[in-house]
Amino acid sequence: MRDVAIVAYIEGQNTAATSQTPVEMIVPVIHEILKRANVERSDIDFWCHGSCDYMTGQPFSFVSAVDALGAWPPIMESHVEMDGAWALYEAWVKIQTGEAETALVFGNGKSSAGDMNRALTLQLDPYVVAPLWPGFRALEAMGARAAIEAGTVTERQMAEVVSRSLRDASDNPNVLAYGYRDPDELLDEPMTANPLRAHDCPAMADGVSAMIMTTADRALEMCDRPAWIRGIDHRIDFQNLGLRDLGRSNSAALAAFHAGVTKDKVDVAELHATHSHHEVILAQSMGIDRSTTRMMPSGGALVANPLMAAGLARFGQAARQIFKGNADRAVAHAAQGACLQQNIVAVLEGN
Amino acid sequence: MADDILRIRTPIGIDYTWSSGPGSVGYMRGLENGKLLGRRCPVCELVYFPPRNGVCPRCGVLLADEVEVGPRGTITTFCVVNVPFLGQTIKIPYVAATILLDGADIGMQHLIQECEAADVRMGMRVEPVWRDKSLWTPSLENIMYYKPSDEPDADFDVYARHL
Repeated sequence: MRDVAIVAYIEGQNTAATSQTPVEMIVPVIHEILKRANVERSDIDFWCHGSCDYMTGQPFSFVSAVDALGAWPPIMESHVEMDGAWALYEAWVKIQTGEAETALVFGNGKSSAGDMNRALTLQLDPYVVAPLWPGFRALEAMGARAAIEAGTVTERQMAEVVSRSLRDASDNPNVLAYGYRDPDELLDEPMTANPLRAHDCPAMADGVSAMIMTTADRALEMCDRPAWIRGIDHRIDFQNLGLRDLGRSNSAALAAFHAGVTKDKVDVAELHATHSHHEVILAQSMGIDRSTTRMMPSGGALVANPLMAAGLARFGQAARQIFKGNADRAVAHAAQGACLQQNIVAVLEGN
Repeated sequence: MADDILRIRTPIGIDYTWSSGPGSVGYMRGLENGKLLGRRCPVCELVYFPPRNGVCPRCGVLLADEVEVGPRGTITTFCVVNVPFLGQTIKIPYVAATILLDGADIGMQHLIQECEAADVRMGMRVEPVWRDKSLWTPSLENIMYYKPSDEPDADFDVYARHL
C-alpha cells in the first residue's frame, strides 16, 4: 500500500438556494483549493467528481462540470453518481495503482433545484418501492422508529445530538442552522415525521466541497500536517428495505472494521449523520465511544447538508482536525441511500 | 397467456427550478431585446456565444465582459437531415448548421432555410430571420432560422480554427 494523505480541504459557501449554476459554484472552489495546496492545475494528475443528475434534472449534467476544471490540455478525470466521498475512494484507488500521484476530488449539489425528498426516492428499487413515492423523510423516520423500538436509540439521545450539533455549528461560519437549544426544549417540539422532529432532519443546502490528496513524496510540500489515510473501506446493505433491520447499519459496521476504526482510540469522528438518530446508530455499529470521542466538531450534516458534497465534507472536516493538531487519529464517514444503506469509512492519522 | 400478465404503469415526475445563472443573464436579456450577447474569457480572450454556463471550459475561469456578436455569421459545418423522426416539425430535407457568428469564437447550431439544401456549403455567409418582435422571449428561438446573406463566401482561413 502507498501512503496517501489529504493535504487540503475547502468548502464553497453553503446557501439555502443559489442562483448560480452548478458550474459557476464549482469554479471558485477549484481555484481556492489549488491556491490552498500551493499547486498548479498541471500538478493534478487525476480529477474525480461526485454529483447526482436527479438533483439537477439534467442528464449528463456532470459532463458540464468538467467546464469548471479548465480541461486543456486534456486531463484525466472521472465521475461517480454518488457523494464526493466515493470520488475520494476512486482517487485513492487510482493513486494506489500508481496511475496518479496527486488527485483533486470534489462533490457538489444544488438541493434547492427540486424536491429532494422526492428526488432521493429515485435511489430506491424502481419496480416496487420507488413507484410508491415513500419520500426520504418517511424512510428515515421508519429507521428511527426501528432503532427506538429496538432500544438502541432514545428520543433524548437524538435531542442531545441536535443540541450539541447546533452549539458546535455556532463556531462554523458555513452552516444553515445553529444556536443554543436545550434538549428538553427540543423534545417539546412537535413531530414532523413521527418520531422525527424538524430539527432531527438536516438543513438542506447548495454547496461544494473539494480536497487534494497526494502521496508521501509531495504531501509535506503541500501541508504542514497531512491527514494520512491509514484505512479505508466501503460496504453496502441490501437494497430491499424488507431484508434489512432499518434500525442498524451492518455495512457501516463492516466498513469500520475493515478500515481499522477500533484498533486505537478515536480522537475525533466526523460521521455523515443526516438525521440525529444516525449518529447513535453509526457510533454503535462502528465501535466509536461517543463519551470519549469528540463527535462532529463542525456541527455535521445536520446543520448544513449540501447533498453530494456533505459526505466528502466529513472527510475534509476530519482532515482539518488533523491539520490543526486538534486530533492525532480521526474517523471520517459518509453514507448514501436510505437508512444508512451504503457506508464509506476512513481512519485518518497525523503521524 | 398474455392476458395473465399484469401490467402497471409507474410514471415518474419531479419538478425542478432551473436557474440560468448570473453568467447567462445578459445573454438571455439580450435575446429578449433582439441582441446577441456573448462573453469574453478574461484569460484566453475567446468570445463564447452562447456563454454556456458562464465559464470558459478551456481555462476554467468565469467569463467576463459582454460582447455583442453577429448577427451575421459563417457556416463552418452542416448536416442535411433526410431522415423523418417523431416530432419533426420541419419539412425534410433541411439543413442544420454550425454557424460562427461574426465576433464569436465558438459556433452555434441553427437551421438554414430559404435555399436548397444542395446549395449549402462551408464558408457560406448567413443572416438571421427573426420572429415577430411581439413574440420575443429570452430564447434563441426568437431567430426562426438563418438564410443566405448573399455575401461572398468567407475564406477557409477565417474559420479554420473554429471547426
